[in-house]
Amino acid sequence: MAQAQTTHAETEAHGGAHEDIGFPPFKTETFGGQVLWLAITFVALYALLSKLVLPRLSGIIEHRRVTIAGNLDEAAAMKSRAEAAGAAYEKALSEAKTRAQALAQEARSQVSSETEAKRKALEADLGKRLSESEAVIAQKKAEAMANVRGIAAETASAIVERLTGKAPAPQVVEAALDQPNA
Amino acid sequence: MASPIEQFQIKPIIPVINFTNSSLFMVGAVAVIVGGLMLATRKRALVPGRAQSVAEVLHDFVAGTLRDAAGDEGMKFFPLVFSLFMFVLTANLLGMIPGFFTVTSHVIVTFSLAILVIGTVIVYGFVKHGTHFLGLFVPSGVPAWLLPFIVVIELISFLSRPISLSLRLFANMLAGHIALKVFAGFVVALLGAGGALTILAPLPLLMAVALMALEFLVAALQAYVFTVLTCIYLNDALHPGH
Repeated sequence: MAQAQTTHAETEAHGGAHEDIGFPPFKTETFGGQVLWLAITFVALYALLSKLVLPRLSGIIEHRRVTIAGNLDEAAAMKSRAEAAGAAYEKALSEAKTRAQALAQEARSQVSSETEAKRKALEADLGKRLSESEAVIAQKKAEAMANVRGIAAETASAIVERLTGKAPAPQVVEAALDQPNA
Repeated sequence: MASPIEQFQIKPIIPVINFTNSSLFMVGAVAVIVGGLMLATRKRALVPGRAQSVAEVLHDFVAGTLRDAAGDEGMKFFPLVFSLFMFVLTANLLGMIPGFFTVTSHVIVTFSLAILVIGTVIVYGFVKHGTHFLGLFVPSGVPAWLLPFIVVIELISFLSRPISLSLRLFANMLAGHIALKVFAGFVVALLGAGGALTILAPLPLLMAVALMALEFLVAALQAYVFTVLTCIYLNDALHPGH
């Protein structure tokens, strides 16, 4: 390969006799070999990268993307589940509150109506007993008044008998008793 | 002292199959890329470690570049673009190791890669769009009398793409390595000169260090530029209408 093609290439300034360098990039006799090996190595590189390395690399990157997206979705689902649970709790709480209030209200009204009924019954009872007592009193009073009239008649006839020596006629006594404020 | 261009010399290793130091570093680049990426992703971790992060960043970076330039349809070229980027980047960076051969400092290599890109654009363009692909050279809204000139200009610009694409990468790698070698050579020459000149030797050494940093930047940047332009050209194949 290092034939003495020194026609157009300048010789080395010193050391004289060793092979001519020329300008290596422009040495056309090396082109064939370089292109051949470039083709071999680049085709090999392309094949290895596209069949082996890049699928693995993009697989890793894609797997990461999918994993992250999946985790984010999962987190979002969990968050919405938590929110739903929170809402359900709030709902249950407010329901319980309303039920408790209704119960309390019911109990209160029941208690008050019972008391009312009891009070009415008691009042009615008391009223009845009062009127009974009043009736008894009126009866006793009437009886007493009747007795008083008898006593007065007897007393009057006795007084008259003592004063006059003879008992007046009962009709007279009755008449005298009937005279108001005599 | 060795010539600054001796580092670019192609040396046969197995002449029968034309295996040279260039071939060795091409094979090495492929081995480094595939081995490195496989090793980095061997755990397939959900939470990536350092190596896996680098592999994923490279993947996402190239994918983002391609998607920005050529849209989602362009992703069918992702293996090609990723291979190109990784090959050029690795070849450039391997060349930064002292004593290593820089594959991309040979114009035939960069030109072959550029032809691969443009060939893909042309073949895919015609297969996908048929003669409509030629609309690439006929911008809409141009006055009829101007059209012949525009078509010629567009044609020249299209044909010069592989040349500019390959020469940019080749020239950057070549010039950087020559400059490095020249400054490194100054260090040796000044040390050997003796006397007051020996004291000056650290100056080109500092320069060489600074250039080394610059060359690392250039190595990565040119790989990126090559990739971005590839994506833009592929976009033409996908959407030939202007």
